[in-house]
Amino acid sequence: MKKIMNDPSQIVTEMVQGLVRSYPDQLKQIPGTEAVIKIADLKQRPQVGIVSGGGSGHEPTHAGFVGDGMLTAAVCGQVFTSPTPDQIYEAIQAADAGRGVFLIIKNYSGDVMNFEMAKDMAAMDNIDVRSIVVDDDIAVENSTYTQGRRGVAGTIFVHKILGAYARQGADIEAIEALAQQVTPNIKTIGVALSGATVPEVGQPGFELAPDEIEYGVGIHGEPGYRREKLQDSRHLAVELVNKLKKAHHMTAGEHFAVIVNGLGATPLMEQYVFMNDVLDLLAAENVEVDFTKVGNYMTSLDMAGVSLTIMKLIEPGWLAKLEEPVTTIAW
Amino acid sequence: MLTVENTLKWLELFNAKIQAEKDYLSELDTPIGDGDHGNNMSRGLLAVHEALTTQSATDVPSILKTTAMMLISKVGGASGPLYGTAFLEMAKLSSTTLEVAPLLAAGLAGIQKRGHAQVGEKTLIDVWTPVIQAVEADMLDGATIETAVMATKDMQATKGRASYVGERSIGHIDPGAASSGYLFTTMLMAGVVS
Ligand SMILES: Nc1ncnc2c1ncn2[C@@H]1O[C@H](COP(=O)(O)OP(=O)(O)OP(=O)(O)O)[C@@H](O)[C@H]1O
Ligand SMILES: [Mg+2]
Repeated sequence: MKKIMNDPSQIVTEMVQGLVRSYPDQLKQIPGTEAVIKIADLKQRPQVGIVSGGGSGHEPTHAGFVGDGMLTAAVCGQVFTSPTPDQIYEAIQAADAGRGVFLIIKNYSGDVMNFEMAKDMAAMDNIDVRSIVVDDDIAVENSTYTQGRRGVAGTIFVHKILGAYARQGADIEAIEALAQQVTPNIKTIGVALSGATVPEVGQPGFELAPDEIEYGVGIHGEPGYRREKLQDSRHLAVELVNKLKKAHHMTAGEHFAVIVNGLGATPLMEQYVFMNDVLDLLAAENVEVDFTKVGNYMTSLDMAGVSLTIMKLIEPGWLAKLEEPVTTIAW
Repeated sequence: MLTVENTLKWLELFNAKIQAEKDYLSELDTPIGDGDHGNNMSRGLLAVHEALTTQSATDVPSILKTTAMMLISKVGGASGPLYGTAFLEMAKLSSTTLEVAPLLAAGLAGIQKRGHAQVGEKTLIDVWTPVIQAVEADMLDGATIETAVMATKDMQATKGRASYVGERSIGHIDPGAASSGYLFTTMLMAGVVS
């Protein structure tokens, strides 16, 4: 393992410090926690607080999306481990400007339970806290035999759209209804070229042969649905687009937003090549791609590979919300 | 029946056992989870140990509550809220009764409220449930606990991180079941049930 670090057990603490010291005009640390909050004075223009968080190792998620028009605060857990309820609770309190706080949770058993406990704690303070659980990863069957679909890169679409409506002044009921409407329209699937190495572990979570890839791997290295020999980008795009096409029951004339997300160790050059192939395939389906983004948004440490997120834009207003400028580090 | 002395002894023995078996618990979590269960529990029990040795608690409810708060704030993952909720529910009920069976049953109800898992889903519930039945029948022994832990080996996980490996979870002991096994063997050693 080669990593730029000091004591691996302090890596999250040091990362958060480095982050807030790099962007002192945008972010500050909530005292006594590893959560960050935007600098803007919350009381001046009170809005519904939007809070997200989860294990670390997915940077720039989630702290990179804190800022005007997106998240109010983000809680950073240990690497690939859910943050604890006391930290989430502090973030809720700090993000509350009197209009309630909305939590965006990725669907992992640890995250769901810790956020729910924090919600219970905040309810005792009479803060109106509501939440959505994002489960965009279609690699996992949504059956009674699993925890259900995982939350992955599509979560940032939820951050963006809810953040935009919250800034505009939407109340918590409206934000909640919107979250329930937006989330089922977001679907993601990934392909890994190599595993990720957790600093405290020192070994990759899984190994792939030099010429092998795995479809459907999760952002913590959860096993995917198929391994095969690496082929060209076009071939990978066909596999992922086909899965998403089916999941969306895609039909000609529909409108979509697309993210190609790097998992950490894949160069942008390859991500653009992949997006080029994806857009060819979508053009062949005669659907409209109104919004695109390419880059590392929800990584898995040093995993190589990409995920593809496709969101169906069923409401015309959503596109404008995706396009609104924000002051975050990473959007 | 829980007393201040045997509750403190129980938690101290549990801490020692978790520290001793930390690597084993993480090993159990590797093929079917993310390999962190031993580290998570070790971090939490160390905090419990520190809190209980520095504050001199004089009643059972406050010992159980301190334990719950330390587990909730230090463990993280899935097991933090589950064990934390269990101890919090026990703490609440312990101001009314100090009988072991109803206390453990309240803890289990908390685990199920939090995690929505049932018996047979390869989680720590598969140890808590038969243990509570045995305590109620006044028949709890080491063999009952051991059998319950080992029985999770043949189950397929449908809750938690292990559910993602599906059928491949069969053949491995559930790490949370193993740590709960230690919770109950140390409970016997501390003389809490007799
Ligand atoms: N829904 C649930 N109900 C009851 N027990 C559960 C549930 N989910 C997980 N568990 C228990 O938790 C144990 C795993 O705990 P661990 O400390 O490894 O957390 P984790 O699953 O890795 O959390 P995270 O996903 O946040 O990393 C499992 O072995 C199982 O016994
Ligand atoms: Mg684990």
